[in-house]
Amino acid sequence: MSSRCHSDCARSFAVCCLIALMACQREKRDLRPAPAVAVVYGAAAVESDLHPAGKQYRVPQVTNPYEGNAYAISEGQRLFNWYNCSGCHANGGGGMGPPLIKQEWIYGVEPANLFDTIVKGRPNGMPTWGGKIPEYQVWQLVTYVRSMNNLEPKSATPARPDTLEQSSKTIFPKGIAGR
Amino acid sequence: MRRLALAAFAAPALLAQQSALDPAGPDAGAIRALLVFFVVLLGALFLLVVAMTIIPLVRRHRGIDQEPLERTHRPSANTELRLKAVTGVATVATIVILFGLVVLSVSVGKATSSALDRTNSMVVEVTGNQWWWHVQYANDDASRIAVTANEMHIPVGRSVMIRATSNDVIHSFWAPNLQGKRDLFPKHITTEWFQADRPGRFRGQCAEFCGLQHAHMALWVVAEPPAKFESWLAHQLEPSAAPSGDDQKHGQEVFLNNACAMCHTIAGTGAAGQVGPDLTHFGSRLTLAAGTLPNSKGNLAGWIADPQSVKPGNHMATVPIKPEDMQPLIDYLESLR
Repeated sequence: MSSRCHSDCARSFAVCCLIALMACQREKRDLRPAPAVAVVYGAAAVESDLHPAGKQYRVPQVTNPYEGNAYAISEGQRLFNWYNCSGCHANGGGGMGPPLIKQEWIYGVEPANLFDTIVKGRPNGMPTWGGKIPEYQVWQLVTYVRSMNNLEPKSATPARPDTLEQSSKTIFPKGIAGR
Repeated sequence: MRRLALAAFAAPALLAQQSALDPAGPDAGAIRALLVFFVVLLGALFLLVVAMTIIPLVRRHRGIDQEPLERTHRPSANTELRLKAVTGVATVATIVILFGLVVLSVSVGKATSSALDRTNSMVVEVTGNQWWWHVQYANDDASRIAVTANEMHIPVGRSVMIRATSNDVIHSFWAPNLQGKRDLFPKHITTEWFQADRPGRFRGQCAEFCGLQHAHMALWVVAEPPAKFESWLAHQLEPSAAPSGDDQKHGQEVFLNNACAMCHTIAGTGAAGQVGPDLTHFGSRLTLAAGTLPNSKGNLAGWIADPQSVKPGNHMATVPIKPEDMQPLIDYLESLR
């Protein structure tokens, strides 16, 4: 009885440790990111090839250092407003720029594709942010945009973005006519 | 004795430029008087209580010859009555004193902001950010709103109203030489009145824990004679100084072509970022990084090259500046007087 209890305790302790470790990874804060200029700008993360008959994305050669990192997602969310991405894309639903929550991506939604889109800009309005936004912050933005599309692990993605209100009462306070 | 107590209060004031014990205005003066009154009164009461505890222990019990109290000693009816009277008086005195102090404290708190002469006042708008202060001087003419950061100049002898809010979390504005604390809330405006009676530089500090760099969120309140203040304000309204020489011109290009311009404004250039401190007259400021370091070329270089080692977790981006671009950039920024 007592040995079984011990093994149970040990097992649950191990599980707790594992969960704690996973949480570490999820919450890891990169407070001193390398400022190095991207080596990615060149051919490593080229945009997708457009074909008349359907799209084929090239296999990206770089990986997002902040994949599945909750801190990067929240930083990306802050920068999304600070750098005025929201000025054109609103909170992801699109405005005078295209929506960022969608199935079909013209230039790809792999981290390297998004990185490339932000750094190089795209025709018809997307500015070239390369050199204006440090590389690590571009990756944070990439991670945030992917989290909006549920492409980041559930463990790191907030259940509800700050920009979404839970109830209409908080959006339209009392006294606003017609509500 | 009184002189000694005052000396004990004055000593820290000599050491620090941020001290509630060295008031530079009527508000802080009233608060210090209240503090001194509290400490002296409660200190005296504390000594009285200690004395009342020790004296009976030391005093020999009259009429009892070393007998254990519990067994044989029964206090007389007269003694019981005296005991009751003493404890009763002490209880009533305690309640009266505590309530008196509450009334005194609240009335001083109310009086500090209402006693000032508001006829010739000025309004300064303060916005807290993680982790720096946005400061601007209200004016009905939008072209005459002066903007600065982490430094507030005020004229001596004129009442100032702080109209404060926050961009992110709750902060608290506290320049102890001048006033009491005033919290800053997001999407809510709080106000605070104070006045400086003598010129000086007084350090203020965020007094509400606001995240990683709360401790490095300071600002300087510079109280100046009115004429000097007016000339400072007029200068703040001007656009930034044009770069002189190739070195500074190159520095300006570096600033405008890097991430710097994404967050900072330098009036008179294309840099119009709204999320970091305004740098239009950066070179004239006392400190950088919200009171963290004295404003010098060396400190500025360290701050730009690696802001996350100076203030870990702050929102200043680590921007890759080429080594040969750093010196021109610093020369340009320090020329913005």
